[in-house]
Amino acid sequence: MPNATYIALIPLLPLAGFLMLGIFGRKYFKNTSGVIGAALLLISTVLALYTAYGYFFEYGKVDGVYQKLVPLKYTWLQFSENVSIDMGIIIDPVSVMMLVVVTFVSLMVHIYSLGYMKGDERFPTYYAFLGLFTFSMLGLVVSSNIFQIYIFWELVGVSSFLLIGYYYDKPSAVAACKKAFIVTRFADVGFLIGILILAFHSGTLDFNTLITTLTSPETEGYKSAAAASFMGVSALTWGLALVFVGGAGKSAMFPLHIWLPDAMEGPTPVSALIHAATMVVAGVFLVARLFPVFAISSPNALTMVGYVGAISALIAAIIACTQTDIKRVLAYSTMSQIGYMMFALGVSKYGGEEGLGYTASMFHLFTHAMFKALLFLGAGAVIHYIHSNEMKDMGGLRKYLPVTHITFLIACLAIAGVPPFAGFFSKEEILLAAYEHNTAIYWIALITSGLTAFYMFRLYFNIFWNAPSPLERAGGEVHGEHHGEGGFVMMMPLVLLAVGAAGAGFIPFGHFISSDGKQLNTEFHLQFSIAPVALGLAGIFIAMWMYKKQNNRPDKIAASLSSLYKAAYHKFYIDEIYTFITQKIIFNLIGRPAAWFDKNVVDGMINATGNGTKDISESIKGLQSGKVQSYAIYFLAGVIGLALLFIYWWT
Amino acid sequence: MMQPGLYHLLFISTALFFIGVYGFFTRRNLVTMLMSVELILNSVNLNFIAFNKYLWYDKMDGLFFTIFIIAIAAAEAAVAIAIIINLYRSHQSIDVENTEDLRY
Repeated sequence: MPNATYIALIPLLPLAGFLMLGIFGRKYFKNTSGVIGAALLLISTVLALYTAYGYFFEYGKVDGVYQKLVPLKYTWLQFSENVSIDMGIIIDPVSVMMLVVVTFVSLMVHIYSLGYMKGDERFPTYYAFLGLFTFSMLGLVVSSNIFQIYIFWELVGVSSFLLIGYYYDKPSAVAACKKAFIVTRFADVGFLIGILILAFHSGTLDFNTLITTLTSPETEGYKSAAAASFMGVSALTWGLALVFVGGAGKSAMFPLHIWLPDAMEGPTPVSALIHAATMVVAGVFLVARLFPVFAISSPNALTMVGYVGAISALIAAIIACTQTDIKRVLAYSTMSQIGYMMFALGVSKYGGEEGLGYTASMFHLFTHAMFKALLFLGAGAVIHYIHSNEMKDMGGLRKYLPVTHITFLIACLAIAGVPPFAGFFSKEEILLAAYEHNTAIYWIALITSGLTAFYMFRLYFNIFWNAPSPLERAGGEVHGEHHGEGGFVMMMPLVLLAVGAAGAGFIPFGHFISSDGKQLNTEFHLQFSIAPVALGLAGIFIAMWMYKKQNNRPDKIAASLSSLYKAAYHKFYIDEIYTFITQKIIFNLIGRPAAWFDKNVVDGMINATGNGTKDISESIKGLQSGKVQSYAIYFLAGVIGLALLFIYWWT
Repeated sequence: MMQPGLYHLLFISTALFFIGVYGFFTRRNLVTMLMSVELILNSVNLNFIAFNKYLWYDKMDGLFFTIFIIAIAAAEAAVAIAIIINLYRSHQSIDVENTEDLRY
């Protein structure tokens, strides 16, 4: 068994950083808070790597199967014999992998922010929020109890709210953080109901017991969950679908994705941390955590996961082709890649070769964290240099940002699925899994992978090629000159992540993570990978043809596809649909009548009580006249009345 | 010569009580009102004595009660007159109609 103390330290160190910097930062650590935060996270990262090494190579495997270990379990709120909210740590391949990913990406972001946020007014607050976010995400991945995961889930929501709204004097940032919070919160209601349904039927909140109960048909919990039905669907499927709604909200799945692009209002390193590598994969992680239940007991819910993922992947890829804000392009590409992970889970089955999708999904989560964090941090370096998010302000930057250029190119190649970069391997596995189980999803995925290559290289060529460069445009003077690329602290994370993005694909992931814990040997099919790679290369060359040199081809093509282009440019009007539904329908049909009811009936009752009291006191106040003798008369009358009462009626 | 019985005494005590009540309600002078209160108290004393003498002549409870009432009435008169004097000092009057400051 592993030692629980140091595993518990992994999430607790960032928490300590949050408390220390949050309370004392502004006074004592004005300039050193970044180093403190990064140092604490470095310790966490080392501990996470140590845990991963120990788990995967020393104690984790028993008889060829990776075990689910619970080294720490503290019963916090006990409701009955079986039902309790625990604070615990669960160690299994997925959570160990997530520990490594989260701490590593977060460490890179901490280091990068030392340069990016230098001189910011609220530097200590920024690092405190980063610490809180990292703590919540780490707590989420090691949760051993479904309610514990919900608590950390909400903490993640709060800390992302704080970080997105970091520039709180910017109205758009304030709107974005509110939007992110409200949309994910709305989805979390579904999650909570799902938890309650699952917990009610299985009679427990503990993950291991819950999964065991709901996957074995002979148990009482399974029978009641499968028998109870609502609108022709079993309670089990409802519960899982609602849990998935929560996951879809956090993971920005269609149609709950609207908060993700707006959330780019936060500082760019935060986007890398929250909206690329960690927070948005929480939904994927949740489905993976409950995967045995999905796969064994409710294939319908799993199919839904698959289709939602596939549709999100496709829509996001189409929208990403038309956006001009570089961070928004990256945001939609994140959504698209998360869609990949989701449908990979959706097409997977439990156990053995059939569980390829599960392994592929986790693999993609891992590689995606590397290259997407790299893309965001690279975009951050560009924005830092140019002071703009818009593509039209960029171009020809390869001479000025050589390190960023190379690392960004590696990340683009990785996400486009060009061998031998990381994205190629994970994407191949996903496509293979989709091909074996669901042809419709396979075709969607194939198209999406071509589109991915296209929009990523559209971004790449627009930033780094597509002359004239800003220097030439500005007539020899560019304001970015004085600070160059951003120094060692900003370049080092880029290089490290680039190494990850280039090499992570060679990890034999199936050996470590599979749906049932047994080793899964993934084979490499050369003829199968021809189609996606060819499509990816085609996308790259089209992007090159259109964007490498300045020309009018993009405009012509946009004009020839005018209606589709316009719809995609406006994100398929989904924001407008939401606005219409909320403002025109919900506000008018529910909000306004409710407000009327509140104003007239509820307030009316309160006002009536007050006014009634006032009127009655107005009419009887004359009794308190100050005349002693009239008081005496009332008193005498009262005594006589009581006397008569006792003499004649009270016998 | 007829011996006075219980009813005679009760009649006198009732008459005394209502004379006191009437005086309390109608007089405007605070000292007069105080005297009316004394009349009411004394009518009660008379009641106690009468019941003690005619109904429980072997007991002394009524007698003691009366003595208590007289003692307390004396104390009460002292307090009341002190209040009336203070009232006179602040209002230059002992008329009850001038003491209507405490009202709504």
